[in-house]
Amino acid sequence: MTAMKRRRGAALLAGGIAATMLLAACGGSSDEAASDSAGGDTAAEETTETTETTEDAGAGDAVAAGCEAYADMMGNEGSTVTLFTSILPPEQQLFEQAWADFESCTGIDIVYEGSDQFEAQLPTRIAGGNAPDIAFIPQPGLLAKLVESGGPVAAPASVSANVDSYWNPAWKAYGTVGDTFYAAPLGSNMKSFVWYSPKYFAEWGIEVPTTWDEMFAAADAIAAAGVKPFCGGIESGGATGWPATDWLEQIVLRTQGGEVYDKWVAGEVKFDSPEIKGAMDVLQGWMKNPDYANGGFGDVQTIATTAFQDAGGPILNGECAMLQQASFYANFWENFQPGTTIAEDGDVFAFYLPEVDAAVAPNPVVGGGEFVTAFADRPEVQAVQTYLSSPEFATSKAALGTWVSANSGVPLDTYANPIDRLSAEFLTNPDGTFRFDASDLMPAAVGAGAEWTEMTAWFAEDKPTDEVLKAIDAAWPAS
Amino acid sequence: MSVEAHEFIPLPRQDPPLAAARRRLSSPVATVIVIAITVLWTIPTVGLFVTSIRPVWQTKRSGWWGIVEDRTVTLDNYVQVLTGGEILPEGIAPYLFNTVAIVLPATVIPILLACMVAYAIAWVPFRGANIVFVGIVALQVLPIQMTLLPLLTMFSNGWSIGPVPIFPNLDNPETGRSLLMGTYVPLWLVHTTMALPLAVFLMHNAIARVPKEIIDAARIDGASHYVIFRRMILPLALPAIAAFAIFQFLWVWNDYIVALTFAGSSADVAPVTPYLAKLAGGYGVHEHLLTAGAFIAIVIPIAVFFLLQRHFARGLVVGAVDG
Repeated sequence: MTAMKRRRGAALLAGGIAATMLLAACGGSSDEAASDSAGGDTAAEETTETTETTEDAGAGDAVAAGCEAYADMMGNEGSTVTLFTSILPPEQQLFEQAWADFESCTGIDIVYEGSDQFEAQLPTRIAGGNAPDIAFIPQPGLLAKLVESGGPVAAPASVSANVDSYWNPAWKAYGTVGDTFYAAPLGSNMKSFVWYSPKYFAEWGIEVPTTWDEMFAAADAIAAAGVKPFCGGIESGGATGWPATDWLEQIVLRTQGGEVYDKWVAGEVKFDSPEIKGAMDVLQGWMKNPDYANGGFGDVQTIATTAFQDAGGPILNGECAMLQQASFYANFWENFQPGTTIAEDGDVFAFYLPEVDAAVAPNPVVGGGEFVTAFADRPEVQAVQTYLSSPEFATSKAALGTWVSANSGVPLDTYANPIDRLSAEFLTNPDGTFRFDASDLMPAAVGAGAEWTEMTAWFAEDKPTDEVLKAIDAAWPAS
Repeated sequence: MSVEAHEFIPLPRQDPPLAAARRRLSSPVATVIVIAITVLWTIPTVGLFVTSIRPVWQTKRSGWWGIVEDRTVTLDNYVQVLTGGEILPEGIAPYLFNTVAIVLPATVIPILLACMVAYAIAWVPFRGANIVFVGIVALQVLPIQMTLLPLLTMFSNGWSIGPVPIFPNLDNPETGRSLLMGTYVPLWLVHTTMALPLAVFLMHNAIARVPKEIIDAARIDGASHYVIFRRMILPLALPAIAAFAIFQFLWVWNDYIVALTFAGSSADVAPVTPYLAKLAGGYGVHEHLLTAGAFIAIVIPIAVFFLLQRHFARGLVVGAVDG
């Protein structure tokens, strides 16, 4: 009996092994087949369409109707370009929609892969000989580091020409390492916004402030009415502290101007200098002022423990009046209350964080963005690079919403969403003082390390300003 | 010629340690402590589950214990994760399929190889068997993080020592990209390689304990190595195989770093762990979906654990008391 059982057990095991091998083999081969036919069920239909279109295009001289814009990028039918980015769904789908026409006209298949571990994975893949064709790099500092260790390929002249004609020169500088231009800007974040509730502003009789002093006069009036005017949250997992570095950047740019800002980024102006200390004092009187913060959550310390995703919640029920956050915060309101409308007369909207002194920095804007970096120079890769830096792509993507480009070739009325339009207005303003997020430009040990942790300690433990600034300086790598 | 087991492990006796432990663990005080620990241990999982069935704006307002005040529950999060909705149109299903397609071979292959190696070391007499065994077991000290980059380089560029090719360069001539990338093969190989030292150790412990008389009797009856291995060793080692299978299954199921390095996070090959990581979205907008996704992802391992629970406990004893 037991022998019988055992034999059956062994047979089961052997059968199981065989079955799993078979399953695995099927899985593997069907998968390969899928990726051969351009990686995905929906893509399969697209590919057939593509081959038809390219056949229609005939000998290659004539370009199919609707494909005129891509005439320079033809001749790469059937090729594949792999793309690696930190931009995740649902934004991924919008990208794929935006370049669907390009794909079907040129026959180039763009294979999109998004990962939340992008910053760690990209250097690993390059070192392992498995670099993607194109990566969207959100930190110019990371681009410089990669160039140093080898990998990125200089951008072709067509990309350079696009960037020259459509972007504020500051952007091209951020995509340049040494004297070589590598990466064209893609999307942009406008970080100089203050979110507020139009409904409660009307209830309190507050006008939307247009100067720095008006903003604090409004804050005093709201505080007098018994509501803490500002709320904030800097908790963000391993990146806890980053919203606080943004606040400091806003003040440095506004009170010290672009030149000091650039020197600060380069390490020539220390954190422990009168300029940055002055900015910290302004921040002390703003977000660390017990009369002003932390609306809806409690005392100033709660800023350190509140998740940045949750920080805006109290604005919708009038427990807090203003939140300094970037344009992308538009994505969060739906989570607090389904059906929240974002408009000048809606539930929530944003005003431009006013300038402090037009003589120091007129229309200052702190922003962020991604840079299209290539790791191969095959013609199809360069075609995609050129397309991504063109106003045609930016317009096509912007029309889909929740995305802003600093590309001045995008007509402002393309932006359906009022926040996006406002962002684009400031980002493409030729008289504006645009600077990239400083912590993304500084060495990682500072901009993605000490500055985060020390600013968190400044809020959480009330660590003295002097000690905080000295500790950040100490983390600056010697070179 | 007689076949002899290399005795690293004393032959099985009665199970006095087990019986004594069982007696000690069934006293009332111990029972209370065990229940207390169990409750404490389960709290995070309960919290995870409760969060996963609350509407998103509720989770923004209060922690999972807030369900006491507001009892609104919803299956929305599960529906979104399963069907994809607007966020990830493909949903969790293709990633779950990938996980299964990675886990099963990555569990079966090392067990099969380890049993063969263990049998050879224990029952096929050859010079240096001890050294081979100790060498394999010693490889356990190699941390997997150290091997990621060299292995990735090997899979994408091939590897040869001088003129001797160890691993072929399988580049697609058109793109210069290795044909292995975008398939499950690197994952199977890496998981198998990293599992073998422990697998050989555990299988050897089990296989070397098979009474010598049985093997001798089989040999006298004219059984070949293959027949002995297939008809006697494998069935007798089944508890150890099941125990190791659970370890390996759970390890590969929960693996994130190997998957991320060798499969990336596209729906073509990536398992469920990178999917969960990107489920929250770039700015953490969809963090509420994470709990539902995580819960779906742990249901299968839990089922496997309960199915093989008996073997699991016995397997622990095989490793701990004898090893």
